[in-house]
Amino acid sequence: MSTQTAARPRHREPGQARAVVTGIGVLAPTGLNTHDFWQAALAGRSGIGRIERFDPGQYAARLAGEIRDFDPAAHLPERLLPQTDHVTRLSLVAAEQALADAGVDPAALPEYGMSVVTASSAGGFAFGQNELEKLWAKGSDHVSAYQSFAWFYAVNTGQISIRHGMRGPSGVLVTDSAGGLDAVGQARRNLRGGTALAVTGGVDGSLCPWGWIGQLAEGGMSRRDDPARAYLPFDRDADGWVPGEGGAILIVEDAAAAAARGAGRVYGEISGYAATFDPPPGSGRPAGLLRAIRLALADAGRDASEVDVVFADAAGVPALDRAEARTLAQVFGPHAVPVTAPKAATGRLAAGAGSLDIAAALLSLRDGVIPPTPNVTSPAYPDLDLVVGVPRETDPRTALVLARGTHGFNAAVVLTR
Amino acid sequence: MQRRVVITGMGVIAPGGIGTKAFWELLTSGRTATRTISFFDPSPFRSQVAAECDFDPAAHGLTAAQILRMDRAAQFAVVAAAEAVADAGIEPAELDPTRLGTVVGSAVGATTSLEREYVIASDRGRNWLVDNTDTSPHLYDYYVPGSFAAEVAWSVGAEGPAAVVSTGCTSGLDAVAHAVELIREGSADLVVGGATDAPISPITVACFDAIKATTPRNDDPAHASRPFDNSRNGFVLGEGAAMFVLEEYEHARRRGAEIYAEIVGFASRCNAFHMTGLRPDGREMAEAITHALGLARLDPTRIGYVNAHGSGTKQNDRHETAAVKLALRDHAYATPMSSIKSMVGHSLGAIGAIEVAACALAIAENVVPPTANLHEPDPECDLDYVPNEARDRHLDAVLSVGSGFGGFQSAMVLARPEATR
Repeated sequence: MSTQTAARPRHREPGQARAVVTGIGVLAPTGLNTHDFWQAALAGRSGIGRIERFDPGQYAARLAGEIRDFDPAAHLPERLLPQTDHVTRLSLVAAEQALADAGVDPAALPEYGMSVVTASSAGGFAFGQNELEKLWAKGSDHVSAYQSFAWFYAVNTGQISIRHGMRGPSGVLVTDSAGGLDAVGQARRNLRGGTALAVTGGVDGSLCPWGWIGQLAEGGMSRRDDPARAYLPFDRDADGWVPGEGGAILIVEDAAAAAARGAGRVYGEISGYAATFDPPPGSGRPAGLLRAIRLALADAGRDASEVDVVFADAAGVPALDRAEARTLAQVFGPHAVPVTAPKAATGRLAAGAGSLDIAAALLSLRDGVIPPTPNVTSPAYPDLDLVVGVPRETDPRTALVLARGTHGFNAAVVLTR
Repeated sequence: MQRRVVITGMGVIAPGGIGTKAFWELLTSGRTATRTISFFDPSPFRSQVAAECDFDPAAHGLTAAQILRMDRAAQFAVVAAAEAVADAGIEPAELDPTRLGTVVGSAVGATTSLEREYVIASDRGRNWLVDNTDTSPHLYDYYVPGSFAAEVAWSVGAEGPAAVVSTGCTSGLDAVAHAVELIREGSADLVVGGATDAPISPITVACFDAIKATTPRNDDPAHASRPFDNSRNGFVLGEGAAMFVLEEYEHARRRGAEIYAEIVGFASRCNAFHMTGLRPDGREMAEAITHALGLARLDPTRIGYVNAHGSGTKQNDRHETAAVKLALRDHAYATPMSSIKSMVGHSLGAIGAIEVAACALAIAENVVPPTANLHEPDPECDLDYVPNEARDRHLDAVLSVGSGFGGFQSAMVLARPEATR
């Protein structure tokens, strides 16, 4: 049996599409648009606090990155409100922001040339909790006519496609917290299949009592009450992560199609992507993150030495941090590349995390500056050049974004300016 | 030269019998596996029929720990994957695990386990409990159904790309298509891929009751799923799984594998119209079919059988009939088109993969499965729906279509490998 991890050349069609990002929409605990999110990331400003959506006093963990000042009625037609969960509303608004940012008028583009690919971890979970309560407390006659679709994993893709008349190939992936990267990888496949434009990413979160119990069962969450000392990835004092809600929606276009429609700005290219899965627990075989990184670099045609910044998965769980730090040292050598985790300010956004990190990485390439990992004061891994305290102006041109999901999902994306 | 992808193994868990053999016997007999719901008291519900699997996980080799940990849908997937791997004649330990991928489609994930745990956590909706010590230690596995892909990957030792595809009722077709993409692009040489769902629980029945999508034909459960019949009045909820070994063609040929069929074309479109509604013209599904045929480089006249979505709602049957006519033109009238949902019900995300299994077996056996319970067709549905009896027919290429909430429309073309290249 071969255990080779070296990249094999990918099959490529002649004239294969290049996938470029032309629009970004962000809804995060630290900002309800790209600009506010980015300013907060550069300032290291945190959006983590004690949960206000429901009383968390009775649970083992009480902190989250909540989106607090979002008024769905200000952004969405009234008829959509009774049929949508909170995360679907956030997704719809993020998609609108991204389309506006890209200067795309969907009505002016061929309907079958537009694709929607989103990632989800648990669907519209709060909506589902409400309907379960109605069914069990009051009876089946009380269940909403929208329950059949408002909670399920495909809802955000369906609602975005309907809202913008996008009739091309669409998709929905569930790969836990790796989903935000896997969706973008799938969107790129669609472009290679001939689709001109894809709306993609993840906006996720289940901040309701039922979702909270689900997340607590994972076991990795910090149980601290001090928002500044709870989620400390790569810190000696790491205690677990803090979950959050939100994410990013990206407009990814075939470079030639983007040029043909006169797209104004290109944030960067999705030049490499790969996904792997860890071996079964206890097998003794190496975890899959290293392979995902090497395959993504090979897919991008880049050497490790060309990577200028890494946006880490940054679980905040000591064993996972140690594994990631060791993997990065294996790929890049010790202390050879700046590593950052702005998600320490937002919490881990499940399937929203990867696409929000892509957004942050693209803004980093645009502005030539790496945002810091907030709150971390005692980095634990000497081989890891963790950006802490203040932003670092290093003018990065190539970024690597990593995401891991519970159960063993690994994904890596390479972005180039 | 594009890498070609073939099915070299399959495993099916379907109502009416566990395993591929029992499944195919049911389909070709025209018998039905729909019955009054037995998993819980269905009397409070409008629709009280379902196509349930008589499935004993221990009898299929799952350990007590696996049974305790896994949602029923995950159990289906793991057992079906084991059948597929054995059927393909591969020994996973001899493969490079990094070149083996895993794709599992599911529309509603672990909804049954989630509801069971919700009932515990909320004291039947009456009183929200203050801690989670009474709920399952495996609750997170149900909360994020990515666990389904993990369970299958662990069971076969796969370390290549792994994902759950969840596009509502087209999840099964889309998951198989995703597996094909992974092989074609070179990310894997083999993928254990397919789909599963086990949605027969009160919340699922209630949510379809609320929009009258499921049939209220409770007094005649064995004949309740009646696609294309004038008397049909909704679908019958089902459950099950189909998993495949999808393999790069040269890889399969080198090891002398028996090939069921090649997947030669796939396309999906969104209707961008309504989360549950369909426009009667079938335009987007027709576009998906046409595009899939184009990728397969096949003229519509090469299609010998259409496996219909055929859910048995008036809206679906007419939409789909229109779509097939648009895409296949006059050839639609000369092509048998049947719905196996008449026999095994509609298992949401799983059924697309189960229908791929039916298509692959149809090609391998040169038999078209029938549409059961079809006695008086809807006058607006005027194609050849293969009423009640299976039909011998030489098949070189077949089409399977799916349609789902969210507006998803998918089409896949399967072919006898040597017949169409």
